Amino acid sequence: MIEKTVSELARALSTGSVSSVELTQAFIDRITSIDTQLNSYITVDEEAALRQARQADDARSRGTDTLLLGIPIAHKDLFCTQGTKTTCGSKMLKDFVSPYDATVVARLKDSGAVTLGKTNCDEFAMGSSNENSFFGPTRNPWGQNRVPGGSSGGSASAVAADLCAMATGTDTGGSIRQPASFCGVTGLKPTYGRVSRWGMIAYASSLDVGGPLAKTAHDAAIMLNAIAGHDSKDSTSVSISTEDYTQSLDAPLTNLRIGLPRQYFSKDLDPRVATIIQETARDLEKLGATLVDIDLQKSTLSLPAYYVIAPAEASTNLSRYDGVRYGYRCDDPLDLEDMYTRSRTEGFGNEVKRRIMIGTYALSAGYYDAYYKKAQKIRRLVKQDFDNAFQNVDVILSPTSPFTAFELGAKKDPVSMYLEDVYTLGVNLAGIPGISVPAGFIDGLPIGAQLIAPDFKEGLLLNIAHQYQQNSDWHKQKPSISKGVK
Amino acid sequence: MALDEKNIKDIAHLARLKIEENEVAESLADFSSILSMINEMQTVNTENIVPLSNPHEQTQKLRKDVVTESNDREKLLNLAPRATDGLFLVPRVID
Repeated sequence: MIEKTVSELARALSTGSVSSVELTQAFIDRITSIDTQLNSYITVDEEAALRQARQADDARSRGTDTLLLGIPIAHKDLFCTQGTKTTCGSKMLKDFVSPYDATVVARLKDSGAVTLGKTNCDEFAMGSSNENSFFGPTRNPWGQNRVPGGSSGGSASAVAADLCAMATGTDTGGSIRQPASFCGVTGLKPTYGRVSRWGMIAYASSLDVGGPLAKTAHDAAIMLNAIAGHDSKDSTSVSISTEDYTQSLDAPLTNLRIGLPRQYFSKDLDPRVATIIQETARDLEKLGATLVDIDLQKSTLSLPAYYVIAPAEASTNLSRYDGVRYGYRCDDPLDLEDMYTRSRTEGFGNEVKRRIMIGTYALSAGYYDAYYKKAQKIRRLVKQDFDNAFQNVDVILSPTSPFTAFELGAKKDPVSMYLEDVYTLGVNLAGIPGISVPAGFIDGLPIGAQLIAPDFKEGLLLNIAHQYQQNSDWHKQKPSISKGVK
Repeated sequence: MALDEKNIKDIAHLARLKIEENEVAESLADFSSILSMINEMQTVNTENIVPLSNPHEQTQKLRKDVVTESNDREKLLNLAPRATDGLFLVPRVID
């Protein structure tokens, strides 16, 4: 049961061949059995999950039958969940229990989903490997000496290892798509503003987007239906009407124009990755699409622009952690200044402190124009680059990541870690949607292909991904996880 | 502009972070390496380009000036490391 997709589980629950309580218990048992090896979860709330499952079964017996009713899911530990800890993978919030649910959490609860627990992540979403968590790294189910990617590594690992039916994640520079690629699952970053950020603890407010990690594009569409849409509590959430993302999945791909950016297929790209993406392109061509070579000349600028804008916004967002109103406070502060400084120094991990420092510098007097304002101008150039490309194509196809999952501890130098996100960052700067789908394997490790679309065209991304998945089985492969074997 | 150890300490102070003496050199090295990557931006001509801060160029939406939130003071004070009588407690500020 636990290996089934959400749409399969919905049918099984609907026909009564399984109850939500049985299904929830099955996931709990599997988490207990293998998650000590993977460390995908920070918190598992068995009692709450089973209570929600009973409520779902009761509702079903009284006639409710919605797609997500009784489906066990997990939330990245960046989403506020009332009554269950929300840690953001940080010592700063290790005991924090939110007094309210994030809108994403509330909407999924209202749709009847059961919350199994909170998944591990890089601290405050800053990282590309899940090695920056205060609660220890998550391990990739496809190779337990390897990273699952980040920052939504726990969610990606949990979906890949069947430790939940699907999970929420957040994506600021690639944090849904890259772990999806590393773990062989489907991950969607919707358009900025499509999903409410209320209760999604902030990293970079103009870049952060919440979205699904799932076994299939169809499942991702089911989650997006539940969470997308305007929220008056998030003033950056857009009022543009949503659609039923499951309705357009079956549209044929005839006349679809797919752009392949020349700059992304340079000689620097591992030829094995290039081959897989080119095969994906040919598979889509067989489904009716036309391939078009395009230019994204400004693409290399995404890296420096992102690593100014995101840290700058993070330095502002994380200034709230001062030991006064919530979160970690140092022992025996000598005075107020000491309390602020020691609470923050002791409460934050190294990568978070590094980014706060970069951001502080970029915003400081005398440097604001050269760094922050300059980066925002480059941001406009990056967006224009995509807009121009979309004059000639409907979607863009690229690798999600330059390589497969690397070993834990392999990337000690911060900049070498940042280069991980070279294909994903520009999408966040432009605010447009992107999806990663499993597209093949290299030496037994998954690698994803990324599709990028114009603003508010996540429906098209899900459609293409679904058609690809109807005609391939990369997404159906499962890692073998032996109990008790590292 | 090359940074030195004093710059690192000044930036840390602005951010209310403390870098231990034995960590300053490594912090400076990391910082400098990140800055060289970021300085790639300076090779691009952005004259007359308007900065983009919000991807959809949204402006702040306004709502009616009426009270809509409930008073959750106790619930919120319970989250604090130290609180009493409706107040957050911090080390003495005024002598």
